[in-house]
Amino acid sequence: MRLSLPHLSLWKERCFMEQDVVLTMRNISKNFPGVKALQNVDFTLRKGEIHALMGENGAGKSTLIKVLTGVEEFESGEIMIDGKNTAIINRSPQEAQSNGISTVYQEVNLCPNLSVAENLYIGREPKKGGMIDWRTMKKKSRELLEGLDIHIDVSVAVENYSIAIQQMLAIARAVDMSAKVLILDEPTSSLDDGEVEKLFTLMNRLKAQGVGIIFVTHFLEQVYAVCDRITVLRNGTLVGEYKVEELPRVQLVAKMMGKDFDDLAAIKKEGASDKTKGDVVISAKKLGHKGTIKPFDLDIHKGEVIGLTGLLGSGRSELARSIYGADKPDTGELFVKGQKLLVGAPLDAMMAGMAYLPENRKEEGIIADLSVRENIIIALQAKRGMFHLLSKKEQEEFTDKYIDILQIKTADRETPIKQLSGGNQQKVILGRWLLTEPDFLILDEPTRGIDIGTKTEIQKLVLQLAEQGMAVMFISSEIEEMIRTCSRMAVLRDGSKVGELEESELHQNSIMKAIAGGGN
Amino acid sequence: MKKEGRKLDGNSFLLVITIALFVVMYIIGIVLFKDQGFAKTQNFLNLFISNAGLIVIAVGMTIVMITGGIDISVGSVVAMVCMILAWTMETAGWGAIQATIFVLVIGVVFGFVQGWLVAYLKIQPFIVTLAGMFFARGMTAVISKEMISIKNEMFLSWAQCKIYLPFGGYTNKKGMLIKPYIYPSVIIAIVVLIVIFIVLKYTKFGRSIYAIGGNEQSALMMGLNVKRTKLKAYVLEGFLASLGGFLFCLNTCSGFVEQAKGLEMDAIASSVIGGTLLTGGVGNVFGSLFGVLIKGTIEAFITFQGTLSSWWTRITIAAMLCFFIVLQSIFAAAKEKNKK
Amino acid sequence: MENIKKLTSKRLFMPIFCLAVMLVAAVIASPDFFKIGVQNGVLYGRIIDVINRGSEVVILAVGMTLVVSASAGTDISVGAVMAVVAAIACSFTAGGQQSVNEYINNPILGALLGILVGVLCGCFNGFLVAKLKIQPMVATLILFTAGRGIAQLLTNGQITYVRVESYKMLGASIPGVPIPTSIFVTIIMVVLTMLLLKKTAMGLYIESVGINSRAARLVGLKSTMIIFMVYAFSGFCASIAGLINSSRIYSADANNIGLNLELDAILAVALGGNSLAGGKFSLLGSVIGAYTIQTLTTTLYAVSVSSDQIPVYKAIVVVIIVSLQSPELGKMIRRLKAKSSAQAGKGAA
Repeated sequence: MRLSLPHLSLWKERCFMEQDVVLTMRNISKNFPGVKALQNVDFTLRKGEIHALMGENGAGKSTLIKVLTGVEEFESGEIMIDGKNTAIINRSPQEAQSNGISTVYQEVNLCPNLSVAENLYIGREPKKGGMIDWRTMKKKSRELLEGLDIHIDVSVAVENYSIAIQQMLAIARAVDMSAKVLILDEPTSSLDDGEVEKLFTLMNRLKAQGVGIIFVTHFLEQVYAVCDRITVLRNGTLVGEYKVEELPRVQLVAKMMGKDFDDLAAIKKEGASDKTKGDVVISAKKLGHKGTIKPFDLDIHKGEVIGLTGLLGSGRSELARSIYGADKPDTGELFVKGQKLLVGAPLDAMMAGMAYLPENRKEEGIIADLSVRENIIIALQAKRGMFHLLSKKEQEEFTDKYIDILQIKTADRETPIKQLSGGNQQKVILGRWLLTEPDFLILDEPTRGIDIGTKTEIQKLVLQLAEQGMAVMFISSEIEEMIRTCSRMAVLRDGSKVGELEESELHQNSIMKAIAGGGN
Repeated sequence: MKKEGRKLDGNSFLLVITIALFVVMYIIGIVLFKDQGFAKTQNFLNLFISNAGLIVIAVGMTIVMITGGIDISVGSVVAMVCMILAWTMETAGWGAIQATIFVLVIGVVFGFVQGWLVAYLKIQPFIVTLAGMFFARGMTAVISKEMISIKNEMFLSWAQCKIYLPFGGYTNKKGMLIKPYIYPSVIIAIVVLIVIFIVLKYTKFGRSIYAIGGNEQSALMMGLNVKRTKLKAYVLEGFLASLGGFLFCLNTCSGFVEQAKGLEMDAIASSVIGGTLLTGGVGNVFGSLFGVLIKGTIEAFITFQGTLSSWWTRITIAAMLCFFIVLQSIFAAAKEKNKK
Repeated sequence: MENIKKLTSKRLFMPIFCLAVMLVAAVIASPDFFKIGVQNGVLYGRIIDVINRGSEVVILAVGMTLVVSASAGTDISVGAVMAVVAAIACSFTAGGQQSVNEYINNPILGALLGILVGVLCGCFNGFLVAKLKIQPMVATLILFTAGRGIAQLLTNGQITYVRVESYKMLGASIPGVPIPTSIFVTIIMVVLTMLLLKKTAMGLYIESVGINSRAARLVGLKSTMIIFMVYAFSGFCASIAGLINSSRIYSADANNIGLNLELDAILAVALGGNSLAGGKFSLLGSVIGAYTIQTLTTTLYAVSVSSDQIPVYKAIVVVIIVSLQSPELGKMIRRLKAKSSAQAGKGAA
């Protein structure tokens, strides 16, 4: 033991002295070109605890997880796991798994075409005479799942079950492979409340069995609902390790961000509520898309920021997509400034003055190999049509203008957009849409996965745009952000629009109540 | 076991369509060409006799298609195998056994190279096997531009060894009992079919193939060795292609450059018609067998009809492939919709 | 501007380098490679032969480049489509007879009919790929195998000859013009396509769809339409190539027109420095790649490799190029290097 090393702080020593430690990471450092991703980070996990790993984007959470699971190499430091006397180095997820460290990711890693039983036992199938023993496999699967209070048919292909069930199957698999350390990386992002509840029950059950769980999430409520300890990282360094009951929510946020909320809270102008509503820009009458959003009515006025709120999967994005024609609506009518509009494809909506920043930046937003310039001008170009090419000069002027206005950090306007950071990519896409000078701008989760600074900038920009008369639709999972930016909200639940909240009603409590529904 | 009953999803449904299609086509054939003996047992067995090689090749194709890949080199590999067999036995004077073992080794090596490029260098299977297709066809021409007929006695004895079946016989006009027969190639094809069925269903390797086709990333995360499994799949497929080529050669007893042209299409079509998804993850070798039988029935139609050009077989197969691909894409779209 | 120039020069460096290497090999194989003479009033020589005979590959490569870029797949039916187009043009012009010494029907009409059918073949491929979302190679495999069968049926399984001098002009030369006609056709095709790509937003649209079709759709591009169009265009290119080839042999030979040319076209695209995984492309690169391939073909003929053996060499070249393009190979080499240096380090210690 090298406990006597001078640079170890006191609390660390305390950790190593503890009996029930299952995993210790000491002085982990890792550099990416130009970035110190992790600097002397320590992390300790005990048996039978649920330990939240918190931090803003770029804090080093995912790098730490990747180092632990062997996806990335690290430059210095030590990882010790219970039951081994020497430090371990995982070179692959498989190696980590054999050391008792299993990970369940946000995107469920199961094979949809195979049965539940196979997904649980693939790679380690029970055999009889050299052949896979299907009967035993199914029996063991049933027992395993029943032990975790999951009651499903194990011979059905996994693709027939919900994401939540799939997530639990992935956890069941990980645990059954005798995991001492279970890493849950944003497992709740695509689950509804009931499903999250079930997941927590499962987590508590595992905790009782002595599994150490590392829980990575963005949802503060969930941390306080289920975790025992919190480790906070910021900018690649360790901020500290805390017991949940000793760290109030506000302090946690402050520690994650390293600054106060004040400058965020201040951006909303006083007296905005006095404004009278402008003309109706968009009016949806019984618009709907089978299976995703039930027919809804909605009027959107000039100069307002209308928020769409509701749980994930409540139909927020789907409502926006049906207006924009990203998913072609199959019932109802849409009026733009009083004119009826038939939306067959996004281009029709764009011609009518709409713009849509999609939720999924990587898959639906950026065109990765194209330059910043091409990414900015593409929407305007599409609007003008194939045979009216913007001149080189125009393209460059427009690009420079938006690089300047939005403060996009890029080496050059010809730099491929994929080389930019997430926040700057998002700004490029914002620039793309602002260039088309829309009357109605839809922003679906514009601040997800980008740094806090850019977040504030985007929120400010939204308010400015509304001030200038643009109608903006704003969708976000963060209620506080919504309250700061929106002047009105539409509430969605289970794929239908259930109500609207005027500016005076926009308080956390009233929104929560509306989302949850009057009955409860 | 009752639970299995309601698992008749889109994929199994396609298989049912295929089997029904075969039965209906065969009955139509019996009605249309009754006088020419379409209904005889021997005619049914001929489907297997003339397509023994294709059955083996289609089985191999099914394996790589389940991984999400494809192999369009098989037709050329068959030509190359036939040519090597003919050349080694006739020109180089090898024995039939050595020649056969040699071509099987060639098939394995060929599969290994293609598989390595696909699995380890992650090159699109289509590009790799397109190159393989041109390579093998070209090599056939390099060996000999002239057709070589096989006269090796042992080889011919394999080719002509009739195995009479104890049932299904009938007495002809002269009062002689004509028993239906098959060739050894049919037995080999059936054995391959059964063995591969067992491998796919009951071995870790088999299940890994399905897992990779279902979701390669997940398979990797679950600790399966994706690269090695893919490599093995292509090696196995290469072996089956050369074995199929050997069986093919037993029928033709010759090697020439233009041999088995377009066979890749027959194999892919059989596999797809038999319910293998082009996107991978789903497939069944027995389905592929019915795919081959359907192709054989179409050929029989054209032979019995007598006036149509043999090109019609190819065009019909292409049209059927097209039809089944469209069906698959409709099923996939419906599934997507249901999910939402 | 400086940067763009730098980028293009980098992009085209490899294709030009390959062409240079190939030319050197050609000169070694046949020292009179660059000798140009005049025969019957037409330029003549190996290098002219390469440029002349390369026309079909260049034209196919133009269409193929766009197909690869927009759909990350290749159109392997082009050779068969050429055969179909030739069959249509010849059998129409010859009025269904097997061999004619004068036109039965207007040859221009025959050519146009051929082009129409060729474009329709392209549309068929485009429909399968763009609308039904079938992998490009499987979709085009259908015509790849069935196409020659259709051509056979059109010509009743015979080779249809049109033995009229003017029919040969497209593939040979127009009296009084010393340069083979097909070279002009090629230049027109390449220049027109380039203009279409540079002077309209077509190039940007195709690249956008190829890189991220979902994002492209949301910024107002009709991905389905664009993919459909590139396949139709590839069919058009195959038609022109088919007509040239048919004119060269003043006949429609369903078995041999355009044989193995799909491989040449794909090779040309890859040799042009374009990724077969789609996205950004350089048309000029593909054109250079096409001439490189043709030089290879001519050189192989010069060292008396027969036409049915040539695919062996080309297949090897394809495999080498795509292997070099593969990022996995780079990783592998780096890993090996790291290993050997680590071992060397150990040895030193």
